[in-house]
Amino acid sequence: MANETRKLVTAPVADNNPIILQVLGICSALAVTTKMSTALTMCIALTAVLCCSNVLISLIRNHIPGSIRIIIEMTIVASLVILVDQLLKAFAFSLSKELSVFVGLIITNCIVLGRAEAFALKNPPLPSFWDGLGNGLGYSAILLVVGFVRELFGSGSLFGVQILSLAKDGGWYVPNGMLLLPPSAFFLIGLIIWAVRSWKPAQVEKPDFQIQTHRPEVS
Amino acid sequence: MEALFNLFISAVFVENLALSFFLGMCTFLAISKQIGAAFGLGVAVVAVQTLTVPVNHLIYYWLLRDGALAWAGLPEVNLNFLGLIVYIGVIAALVQILEMFLDKYVPALYNALGVYMPLITVNCAILGGTLFMVERDYNFAESVTYGIGSGVGWALAITALAGIREKLKYADIPAGLQGLGITFIATGLMSLGFMAFSGIQL
Repeated sequence: MANETRKLVTAPVADNNPIILQVLGICSALAVTTKMSTALTMCIALTAVLCCSNVLISLIRNHIPGSIRIIIEMTIVASLVILVDQLLKAFAFSLSKELSVFVGLIITNCIVLGRAEAFALKNPPLPSFWDGLGNGLGYSAILLVVGFVRELFGSGSLFGVQILSLAKDGGWYVPNGMLLLPPSAFFLIGLIIWAVRSWKPAQVEKPDFQIQTHRPEVS
Repeated sequence: MEALFNLFISAVFVENLALSFFLGMCTFLAISKQIGAAFGLGVAVVAVQTLTVPVNHLIYYWLLRDGALAWAGLPEVNLNFLGLIVYIGVIAALVQILEMFLDKYVPALYNALGVYMPLITVNCAILGGTLFMVERDYNFAESVTYGIGSGVGWALAITALAGIREKLKYADIPAGLQGLGITFIATGLMSLGFMAFSGIQL
């Protein structure tokens, strides 16, 4: 049992990562990563929603009629997201302003609905909780890496604390403004995918079309 | 009128939902292998977005906003916190109605778009459009314009990406970048291209 639990929690972090392998929940992953503080808030919010929704859906899984299950799942997720949204507005108002619509968009985050459909509907509450936690951590890992690179090299700081002294304040580092703009997030995730797939070749996708070459070493 | 046209242009190019706000990315990456399918999905998104943003605006303006229920004699009621659950409900219902309407009256279009309809309910571009409309306090005319504009922008982006990916399959890509990785990088380059529009004002 302990072994299975560990597998449920750790597998989604590297082997079956929701963002880079299952291609779920990318929207928010890219948008909130210009700063570590917003990225971390988003990670906590999503992991909390994911764990709770998995447990709740798993508890009532035997009572949900198949034909209306999507709308029931949506209602549960939406209620949880409203809770998170109100909590953020009450206790971290400036952060919730910075995250703007992306807290609300956890509702349509494919990870939440995807795990509910794929796991929580078929498994008891406890494993569903671990599955939610594992996928939340997998999502968080990617977000934090991207957020780290973007904030450190884009504005020379981490969590708002200046790490590299900026040239405009008399220091040595000239920040790369490109990293604060949307395209850099795409490049970074692309590169992370490349790195992970070089480390774990089992995740490499087969090409649709094999290129014919005249080089003898490629056949 | 000029302000509306300006809003339309900025919703299509400058604030493109897919390329500068990363909305609807899951479907964006999954359904962009062929131009035909991508275009079909794009048209479906434009249709749904054009309907849902104005409808959600009416609901927000007359029922949910602070003091919106003054017409019913309840000026101190603020139902803003119900927003998220109401919007997603409206989107799901409208997509279902649109699907039934197309099935009955325009079967040809239904056959072409039908498979994409369920995907649209959970497409964050649709909910994102509504949330931006609420956050930026658009009036009714603006919300109609924004709905059409943001839908068209998304459709344009996915069709263009599908065009690139169709050609890309003949390219010699390193094994680790095959598929998803190179798609991300191509999307990044497109997003870079769209940034050239920023600052455009009419």
